[in-house]
Amino acid sequence: MDQSPLAVYQAHLDKGELAYQWSPEAGRAVFYPRLVCPYSGSTALEWRVASGLGTVYATTVTHPAQGAPYNVALIDCDEGFRLMSRVEDIDPMVVKIGMRVRIRVHRPGGEEPAYPVFVRVEGAP
Amino acid sequence: MSGLQRAGAAIVGAAESDLGHVAEGLNPIDLMAQGIARALDDCGLALRDVDGLLCATTQSRTSGLSLSEYLGISPSYIDTTILGGSSFMFQVGHALAAIQLGLCRVAVIAYGSTQRSVGRRQASVREINPYETPYRPFLPSTAYALAASRHMHQYGTTREQLAAVAVAARQWALLNPVAWEKKPLTIAEVLGARMVSYPFTVRDICLVTDGGGAIVLTAPERAKGLKKPPVFVLGCGSAITHVNISSMPDLTVTGALQSGQEAYAMAGLAATDIDVVELYDAFTINTILFLEDLGFARKAKAAALSKMDTSPPVAGCRSIPMAAASPIAIPACTASSS
Repeated sequence: MDQSPLAVYQAHLDKGELAYQWSPEAGRAVFYPRLVCPYSGSTALEWRVASGLGTVYATTVTHPAQGAPYNVALIDCDEGFRLMSRVEDIDPMVVKIGMRVRIRVHRPGGEEPAYPVFVRVEGAP
Repeated sequence: MSGLQRAGAAIVGAAESDLGHVAEGLNPIDLMAQGIARALDDCGLALRDVDGLLCATTQSRTSGLSLSEYLGISPSYIDTTILGGSSFMFQVGHALAAIQLGLCRVAVIAYGSTQRSVGRRQASVREINPYETPYRPFLPSTAYALAASRHMHQYGTTREQLAAVAVAARQWALLNPVAWEKKPLTIAEVLGARMVSYPFTVRDICLVTDGGGAIVLTAPERAKGLKKPPVFVLGCGSAITHVNISSMPDLTVTGALQSGQEAYAMAGLAATDIDVVELYDAFTINTILFLEDLGFARKAKAAALSKMDTSPPVAGCRSIPMAAASPIAIPACTASSS
């Protein structure tokens, strides 16, 4: 094994892409990336790049001891997988279940790797 | 847990360790040992009778070894299954199996935590998850808050209904001489408390206290003639669903749905037969979900139930200890996130 699933995922993010795995045997998407398909037991997992579109499945606003409250959400991507993320650019309390969102790759800089966040799709619910 | 015999073992002793904020320097193994000594005294058995040891803590890597050494015993059966808060419910099933198979005759299940003394971060170190940690979820609160958001969205559950669970729990606490919080709580106080992870304020979330305890189980024939009437374990079930909240299939359905069905089937009982229910209330949404999944209320109705019935005795809130409450015990366990 040359590259871990995490390294492949991260390399896609560095190119601005949200990657996920596809299990031909199970016929469905797999996320988080791994070596074994949790639906079929198969180790034959293919990499695909997501469209970046999704829908908010669940949402909360977490209040840290210091600093501004921030959104934490679960996003159902159109390809059939779910991930934790946050919706940016709007008041975190305005983020609603069912809201259509689109990926934006957040690059914190320094040692911290890039990760996907989401923004509201204009004109959508 | 098919294969287990209905009433194949009995709980014969139960006790708590020191609770709240324990004396400086006490560690989780101290509290487990103290709970075991008190539980053995509760039933009239002695440490030399114990040949099954089951325990779990996040504060000791090899708690089975530590506790055995501390007590000076060499149990023939050891189980340190760690699945979060439900570990000890799983261990009831494991103890039943061990007793049924003759792997041990007297089993103790013990818990101990000094999370108030040492702080949550020290007591329960979080693993880094590259797919969740960047979003700074405040776990486990954020995970349960996400579940609450789904329940509110799907069933119209309100923050007031969630708060009613905490109010009812506090009313039970007022009856408990060793409870930590001894002041009455109102729905307005829950809603107005410091927000942690919407919709939860700090009062929707369980207290962080030190504590511990133990129960003693043995075979039915050994259970006769001890200090107190035995409490037979009629049924138990177990299920696991996920560890990371992003991997939970449906945030409004817990593993208690499956574990409850298994426990009822083993016991030959239904929810309508149950008089006393004790549900984990770590977050106000938990109690509502468990009432639903264990068959005490339909989805969307449990929240209304808790709102309607906030005075003891209400199903789903802390009640008197199981062993003293009822001649039957049906542990249903569910392992999940956080």
